[in-house]
Parts: sequence; structure tokens; C-alpha cells
Amino acid sequence: MSSTLALTAHDSLTMLRRNLKHAARYPALTFGQAMTPIMMLLLFVYAFGDSIGAGLGGGRDAYLSYLTPGILVMGVAGGSMSTSVAICSDLTGGIVNRFRTMNIARSSFLTGHVVGSVLQTMVGVVLVVAVALAVGFRSDAGALEWLAAFGLLAAVAVAVTWLSAALGLLSKTVESASNKPLLIQFLPFLGSAFVPADSMAPGLRLFAEYQPFTPVTETLRGLLSGSAIGSAGWVSLAWCAGIGVLGHAWSRRLFDRTGRR
Amino acid sequence: MPTFVMPTPRKLREEPSRPAVTAVGLRKSYGGRTVLDGLDLAIPAGTVFALLGPNGAGKTTTVEILTTLVAADGGQAQIAGHDLRTDPDGVRSAIGATGQFAAVDDLLTAEENLRLMADLLHLPRPQGRSRTRELLERFDIAEAAGRRASTFSGGMRRRLDLAMTLVGAPEVIFLDEPTTGLDPRSRRTMWKTVRGLVAGGTTVFLTTQYLEEADQLADRIAVLDGGRIVAEGTPDELKTRIPGNHVRLRFADPAAYGRACAAFPGASRDEENLALRIAGDAGLDALRALIDRLDAAGVPTADFSVHTPDLDDVFFALTGSAASRHHAEETPR
Repeated sequence: MSSTLALTAHDSLTMLRRNLKHAARYPALTFGQAMTPIMMLLLFVYAFGDSIGAGLGGGRDAYLSYLTPGILVMGVAGGSMSTSVAICSDLTGGIVNRFRTMNIARSSFLTGHVVGSVLQTMVGVVLVVAVALAVGFRSDAGALEWLAAFGLLAAVAVAVTWLSAALGLLSKTVESASNKPLLIQFLPFLGSAFVPADSMAPGLRLFAEYQPFTPVTETLRGLLSGSAIGSAGWVSLAWCAGIGVLGHAWSRRLFDRTGRR
Repeated sequence: MPTFVMPTPRKLREEPSRPAVTAVGLRKSYGGRTVLDGLDLAIPAGTVFALLGPNGAGKTTTVEILTTLVAADGGQAQIAGHDLRTDPDGVRSAIGATGQFAAVDDLLTAEENLRLMADLLHLPRPQGRSRTRELLERFDIAEAAGRRASTFSGGMRRRLDLAMTLVGAPEVIFLDEPTTGLDPRSRRTMWKTVRGLVAGGTTVFLTTQYLEEADQLADRIAVLDGGRIVAEGTPDELKTRIPGNHVRLRFADPAAYGRACAAFPGASRDEENLALRIAGDAGLDALRALIDRLDAAGVPTADFSVHTPDLDDVFFALTGSAASRHHAEETPR
């Protein structure tokens, strides 16, 4: 049993190396992924920051500290999307059929993609944090809080990336693979990422309060800005575990089933 | 450290009589449409086997089943002694497969593609490196080793694809339409490569819709039509199954044609072209007798050709479908 595990780890590492090589060859992809949240951050802070900040009872600086955790969550949700495209383009290109006719650990293909994408996403998170700090974001969080914040974002990335993997396996064309996860990327908008949920219209507010990205955003805000976390921390972790397990099981099932294209 | 590592010796050299591929009653249908309707195969090790058939005959499905990509609905098969159903990983360790479209990683270089295979086959680093170098040389892509596969021409991609299949020195290689879409020169290079593989003891299972390709490469050919094998044998055996040997005589004017008709009452006539088709074998003695008879009748002949059936004739006679084949001109031999 342990040798099977070692082989799975070996093959997954090989697949991960392949995906990291892809990423290294196209650094524009990694940076491009980080660009969306960075542009959003700058746009919302400098264009809308004064008035939204005033509406929240502060100024631009107050809004920056409110917004940064939300932008990070959005960046992670968006970063996970590239997995869909990468997996779908591998499937349509025929290399997956080559892997399938080789005696390698079946799960390694998906694991390599997911781990590679999560690492890429976390590089993006670091870039976004750097820009936020550069434009004046200040946090009184200690090392432990920062570590917990990164850990939470990584957990979100793993969960959403597995879901994204399943969406990629489900797609017949690369185009549709790039469209499907858009919903996930925009979900943070319909939560507390940009404005408090209780400022929204009643129906939307109900949705915003109960969707998974809201507790994640609130937990992150608590860790970085010192607001109360309450039950949001556990609720976030439960969401991550749930989405991750579901996405993983779904992906494995789809991958075992789609024998041919 | 030796710079050249010999490929792992294969078991088949110790037991040359063991069949490389056997299949009994393979069946497969997709959504009620029968694709394979009881396929039987027995391919001796170290030979080239060609599965010949028009589009939609079930060639690709057969390869997909034998390479573990798709499960058969019924029947059983062993590849290199491993049962397809009970030991798919054993089958996977023994085979290499190259599909209809080159399955290479476009974003990686040729060398990285080969190293990826070596890593997935768990070859030790130095061995993976030397095997990669050896294959790059052998497939004439050493100069492009550092270029991304996406920049390769069609022929180079196929060569890289096949090189990747060979990294693990598989016992049995499946080539699904290896030359479809290649220009004639690349096709000939591919043929040369396939012949080289067999010389090294590998068993090759290839599918093709090109009759010439099967004729050129295969020790045995099976003609697949409508999910069943309608004929199997060596290229020559298949050709002799078709009573198509004939001599064709064409005459300059109707008078000569008329006299020839009288001299050869059994010949089939082609009035329009003033030609006669005389069935029979094309041996030297038979030809001499024929010419003597022409001389005796005093008929001047404008044109003379000996026709032996090619696989086109065989294919046509066996499958009865002309739609998917290119109809070759009658070529004088």
C-alpha cells in the first residue's frame, strides 16, 4: 500500500513539474491572473474609494483596509479558474490519452494540475498583498494572523481549484472551459468583498449572507483588520472542506469516465 | 557511468512463440450502434499487423479497447500475456500507443517531452537522459531538441510522438493511422521507422485506411468492415483470393479487334476501347503462349499490359464499398 502511495506521489510530482514548467514558460499567465485583482484594488480605492469609504463612515484609507481582504478572496477565486482551461486543453490535445495508456497513478494528472494551480494562485496572492501594502494598506496582524490568513486563502484555493478541475473535465471545448468558472470568480462580488452585505437589496442580502465567500471574506478581514470573526472562521473551513471534497470526488469521477474525446 | 544504455531486453526474445496480442469476440457498441461485432485476433510477437478498413469500420475503437482507453462490452483479450480486464496496468506497462493525432505537450520542448515520459516510466535520471538523447538522434529531431513542440511540422510532431511512445521500449506498439495527414515524404520516413522497430523485435499493431501502407509494412493484414474482420492473411494471400490476374490487350482498329475476338473466344470484351481482357496467371510460360497465339492469328497489338490484383481490388471485393477508398487506376505491372 505504501509503495502505491509512493508511486502516486512520484507521478504527481512529475505532473506538477510539467505544469510548473508551463507556468514558467508563460509567466504572463501568472502575472495576468494577478492583474485582475490588482486593477480592481486600484480602481476601487482610487476611483470609488472616497465615496464608498464615506458611505461606510470612513475615508479612502478605511475603505482600503475593508477592501483588501475582499480583493484577495476574489483573486483566489479567479486564479483557480485557469485549471479548467489547462485541463480541458490537455484533454482535447490528446496527451491525456497518452497518459491513460501508461502505467501511472491515475490521480496524478489531476493532482499535478491542482497543486500547480494553487501554487500559482498563492504567488498571485503575494503580489496582490504587495500592491496593497504599497498603496497604503496597513494591518496590525501578527505573524500568526498572517500565516492563518495565507492558510485560509490556500484552503479556499484548493477547494475552488478542485471544483474548477471538474468544470474543465465537463467542458467539451477550451472556450466553454474558460467561461464556466466565471461564475465562481464573480461570486465574491455578491458577498461582503466590496461592500457590507447589509447594505444590499433584501433578496441579494440574504444570498450574500449565506454564500461561501462571505464568511471567508469576514474571517480574513478579522485576521488582517482585527474585526470580530465569530463563527465565520469555522463556517469558512467547513465550506472549504465541503467544496474541496465534492470537487475532488466529482473530478475523479469525471476523469475515470471520460475515456475518449 | 556509461553514456549509452541498452533498452531493457524483452521477454519475447526468450519465448518467441508467445502471441503478442490475442482477442476473442471483442464487442463494443455506442448508444445502440454496434461498432465492433465479435472481433478475433491472434498476432505473433515480432510481426507487423495491419488492421485495414474504411472510416467508421471500428479501427480506432479496436485500438482504444486494446490500449485500455475504453472497456469492451464483451469478449476478452491478452496483450503480452496480460489480460485486458484483470490486469490493465500490466497491459499498460507492456504497450506504447500513438493515436491518430500527435499526443505531445506543445508547451514543452522535444527533449522535455521525452524526459516527461522517462520520469513517468520511473527510469533513473541518467538512463532517462541517455534514452532521450538516443531517441532524439534516432528520430532525427536532435537539432530541434530545445524547440517547443508547437513549432514543429506535422512530420516532426509524429516523429516526436512515436519517440515518446518508445521511451519505455514497449513490447507491443499500437499505431492508429500513423501517417494520416502526412505528406508523402514524411509518410515514407514513418514507414522506414516502423520497419526499424520490427527489426528490433517489437510487435507493431497498426491501423490504416491506406492499402499501400498495409501492403508495404504488414506481415499480416486483417480487413475490418462493419465491426467484423472480413478477411485475414498475408498481403499476397489476400491478393490471390481475388481472381483478378489478367492480361489486357488493346488494338489499333476494329478489324484487328475483330480478329483478336475470334482468336480468344473466352476473353471478356471492351468494345469501346477495342480491348480484350484475358484472365489467367501472369507467368512467363502463359505469356509466351499468349504471344504465340497472337502471332499465329497475325493480329497487331497496340498496347499490352499485365495486371495483378492490388489490395484495392481485394478491399473492394471484400467490403463491397467503394465510397471510402480511393479507386486506383489500373496500373500495368
